[in-house]
Amino acid sequence: MSIGHTLLGLLESGPRHGYDLKRAFDERFGHDRPLHYGQVYSTMSRLLRNGLVEVDGVEAGGGPERKRYAITEAGITDVERWLSQPEKPEPYLQSTLYTKVVLALLTGRGAAELLDVQRAEHLRLMRELTRRKKDGDLADQLICDHALFHLEADLRWLELTAARLDRLAEEIRR
Amino acid sequence: MTTAPLLLASGIDKAYGPTPALVGADFALRAGEVVAVMGPSGSGKSTLLHCLAGIVRPDAGTITYDGRELTSLPDAARSALRRSDFGFVFQFGQLVPELTCVENVALPLRLNGERRRSAELKAEEWLTRLEVEDVGGKRPGEISGGQGQRVAVARALVTAPRVIFADEPTGALDSLNGERVMQLLTDASRDTGAAVVLVTHEARVAAYSDREVVVRDGSVRSSEWAV
Amino acid sequence: MRLRTWARDLALGGRFAVTGGRGGLLRTFLTAVGVGLGVALLLLAASLPNMTFQREVRESVRDPDASYETLQPGRDTFLYVRHQTLFRGDTVTGMVLRPEGPDAALPPGAAKLPGPGEMLVSPALGELLGSPDGALLRDRLPYKVVGTVGDAGLIGPAELRYLAGSDTLTTDNYDGRGREYGWSVPDEPFNAFLLLLVLIACVVLLLPVLVFIATAVRFGGEQRDRRLAALRLVGADTAMTRRIAAGESLMGALLGLVCGTGFFLVGRRFSGMVQVWDVNAFPSDVVPVPALAALIFAVVPVSAVVVTLFALRGVAIEPLGVVRTATPRPRRLWWRLLLLGAGAALLVPMAGAIDLGDTAIDTVGVAVGSVLALTGLTTLLPWLVEAFVRRLRGGPVAWQLAVRRLQLSSGTAARAVSGIVVAAAGAIALQMLFQAMQNDFVTVTNMDSSRAQLDVRVDAQDGAEAREMIARFSDTEGVTGVIGTITSHVWRPGPLKQGEEFAPTTPMTVADCPSLRELAALPSCEDGDVFVALAHGAEGGPEDSWVRRTAEPGAQVALRDVDGPQRGEPVPLWRIPDTARVVEARRDPVGQYQFGVLATPSAIDASRLDAPEAGVSVRIDPAVPDAAEHVRNTAASLDPLAWVRTLQDTQRDAQFSSVRTGILAGATATMLLVAASLLVTTLEQLRDRKRLLSSLVAFGTRRTTLSWSVLWQTAVPIALGLALAVAGGLGLGVVLLKMIGAQVEDWWVFLPVTGVGAALIVAVTLLSLPPLWRLMRADALRTE
Repeated sequence: MSIGHTLLGLLESGPRHGYDLKRAFDERFGHDRPLHYGQVYSTMSRLLRNGLVEVDGVEAGGGPERKRYAITEAGITDVERWLSQPEKPEPYLQSTLYTKVVLALLTGRGAAELLDVQRAEHLRLMRELTRRKKDGDLADQLICDHALFHLEADLRWLELTAARLDRLAEEIRR
Repeated sequence: MTTAPLLLASGIDKAYGPTPALVGADFALRAGEVVAVMGPSGSGKSTLLHCLAGIVRPDAGTITYDGRELTSLPDAARSALRRSDFGFVFQFGQLVPELTCVENVALPLRLNGERRRSAELKAEEWLTRLEVEDVGGKRPGEISGGQGQRVAVARALVTAPRVIFADEPTGALDSLNGERVMQLLTDASRDTGAAVVLVTHEARVAAYSDREVVVRDGSVRSSEWAV
Repeated sequence: MRLRTWARDLALGGRFAVTGGRGGLLRTFLTAVGVGLGVALLLLAASLPNMTFQREVRESVRDPDASYETLQPGRDTFLYVRHQTLFRGDTVTGMVLRPEGPDAALPPGAAKLPGPGEMLVSPALGELLGSPDGALLRDRLPYKVVGTVGDAGLIGPAELRYLAGSDTLTTDNYDGRGREYGWSVPDEPFNAFLLLLVLIACVVLLLPVLVFIATAVRFGGEQRDRRLAALRLVGADTAMTRRIAAGESLMGALLGLVCGTGFFLVGRRFSGMVQVWDVNAFPSDVVPVPALAALIFAVVPVSAVVVTLFALRGVAIEPLGVVRTATPRPRRLWWRLLLLGAGAALLVPMAGAIDLGDTAIDTVGVAVGSVLALTGLTTLLPWLVEAFVRRLRGGPVAWQLAVRRLQLSSGTAARAVSGIVVAAAGAIALQMLFQAMQNDFVTVTNMDSSRAQLDVRVDAQDGAEAREMIARFSDTEGVTGVIGTITSHVWRPGPLKQGEEFAPTTPMTVADCPSLRELAALPSCEDGDVFVALAHGAEGGPEDSWVRRTAEPGAQVALRDVDGPQRGEPVPLWRIPDTARVVEARRDPVGQYQFGVLATPSAIDASRLDAPEAGVSVRIDPAVPDAAEHVRNTAASLDPLAWVRTLQDTQRDAQFSSVRTGILAGATATMLLVAASLLVTTLEQLRDRKRLLSSLVAFGTRRTTLSWSVLWQTAVPIALGLALAVAGGLGLGVVLLKMIGAQVEDWWVFLPVTGVGAALIVAVTLLSLPPLWRLMRADALRTE
């Protein structure tokens, strides 16, 4: 995820202080990993340098966290370009899981058990996400759903793989 | 804490003609828990549900519900048990098209001999709880699929069952409606203390459960229960 | 151009009908069988005129030509006497022949003439005589079986018939002298009543068949609708889908015609084996009238197309499914009443317009009137069912399920049942008509079957033989009582008076006191008493004055006719005692008034009587099996040609009841047909609801609950249909009776018909239960 673009986007609704930006970001996007303030500071310096934001004012008491940032015209254009640009689909072709399965088969370990254990783990996480979704607001739900769909996709792949384990074993041992 | 299982199946065999659907399947359900039964198509999930609910008599094995041996009960007694203790939600085609939604929900109560008026009053309460009170007077053909499933859930819950059997309850719904139905189903079952046997092939639906078992080639693999 | 699109779409539909996969084929098969049954019935009806005609032809062909009298014996003449006897309710007919020369013609069906004491028998009679059951009959026909009567001499293959040879047949005991067989049947004009009956019967029995065919072409309608929707999806327009649907029905109807012809051809092979109302025909005689057959072959396919187009009228076939107007327009009443009213308007003015003797009636008026009335009644049913179920509320679950189902789509059930309405209403009206006729024409016979059940009259040589004969009957197995009389005549002796062409005469009956009491009201009776019985001209008998010209107390009478065969010899005389009392005659068990001289055995030596006839009325013990057959055998042993009458309180009772049974049987057959289509509809509906049924079972619905709901669902439309039929049938019956100026005899004639209807409800329900239970198994729940 591009933190720079996200912060730029947050600025579009109006100028903000650095700590405001961090709080807004954490609230909306930072469930798993809250931003370090250092990250905000370095990102903002880069954006300033590139002319995408400008300093709108500094509150008394100084310090970098007291700077108020505003987005520039160039910044708005940049956000626009970012949003309109499709994300590159990531196919995860060589996932760790796949490697594990192949290795298990190669070494004569039970691949089905591996998959079962993995499924249980996936589902455990999915249950947690489902619970969080239930208690959270709409933004929570959307984010959880995103994760859930991804996890579900993994599980589907697991099911498919499990169904084809025999053939996979044959091909690998050949 | 270990509670005696409410519903316990062991060594269930069931074949349709020459094709075995279940081979030595074991299953246990504690009161109030939500268990997802997962597995690929044709693995025997639905057959397991039918056996557990006493709809189908297994070829071999025992099923005990609340201390009673289900497999040896005569059909009439099993039907009576299903009316009083179990509730059912299926994928589709379970609502009687001629009856209004209220009448559909009231049906299990009326089958149990409850009077029409009080049955329909309870039915209306449940429709309200499932947020479909406005379709009560309509026939199933006049409402959407999501509404229909909620009516079906209401019908499953109206008798205050101890176990709800749900077979792909969201199978015919889009994600949003499916999520909502699952939410309502699990919430309501937790409120009333009903256990749920949830047959599904969707992990997202299974995620509403407390634990899952996987049926593969007619036998059940549990991830937690065995531990 | 238009014609070509039609042809193309119809052909396309026809192809769908036979290539539509297993479900489609099943549907086409059902339709074909259903229509086939109807067509077979129609073909049979179309053959009836031929059958009855052939029957008459066969009857006339084998009868000696009596259109002229053959007085003198010749090389080619023969004497004949016809004989008829009853054996356990079956009629056995025969003819006894005595050729008078070497060139006497062979009767039809005979390969050679039977010699004296020999007989030819029909295959059916031969079989009966050969079986243990026929032992009693063997005793009655004292001839040796030497051959068979061929088909040419039989009316039907099951006829019991014999041809016997005799050397004792004389001009004294013959029916006639013949030279050849066969005579042409004079065209007897149909009696107006019969015509009316036949007309109504045709309308009543054939309308339901048409209704049935109309139902049959719509079998599997819901599946077809789905297929049509799929056609719309790939670009067919509405008109096109309708034509394609019509094509499917057309194919079903055409296959139905093939099936029907097949059923008919196969069925008529068995026509020889069944016997309905004495009708038993050779398969070769069961041939439809060509014009009627052509009509059937034209009407059935055309009506299939029309019915389908008509049925799809209120249905919008959209690409994504079939939409029946969400809230169907309530059925309208006015045009249904209009039909009924028009029918009534045609029929009612004919009240009293038909006279007993009429041979021509307003055929068209009656036919159109009754068709309109019955169709009106039928179309009233869907409206009635709809209006009725709309008002239904509450009740137990099974009832609720059934009622709701009917509320949503009462049309299907009502359509199937409408056939019942016509059949039942028609049958009721016909039965009323019959009953009136029975009471009008076939009044009481005045026979009293409580006093005696059989009556035989046998000629005797003299009084002694006559007494012996009576004794033989008394001794017959199963006989509990005998009224035996020896009857002869007495004449007034002396020369003819002015204006007289022959001597006045009156019967003289000799019998014991108990027997005489059966003939007249005797104040007292002892052996030796003589009475003069007067009947006051009752029952076409002579006036008392005529009797008294011969028979008066104290008068002398001649015991033989002066002008008789023994003319010139002295006539034996006898004096009626002065003490003879004049008494009132009463009906004898046969229902006749005996009049004239009644004498007890001691009063006159019976052997003096000339050409006496022994008359025996026999009371039999109903507990003795075959008592009647034993009596008939006794009679036959006295005289092989003796006629034994069975006493019936009402004459032709049996025949009429058989016609009534026939109507009931016909109505039952058509109702069965209707029940069959109802069953198919129910089963189809159940199959469509497989998933629902198994999910209902899942949550513990009892089998009985669903079974009851099927019962109610069948019972409500049929019950309404029957109610309508009873009302309509009684109404039509009253109108028809008014037409012939008769009274309603029995308002309860509808009971048997409704009984049949109720039985059908049960039958349809019972037959749908096994499939219902099979469908209720959990297999249908499986989604995988």
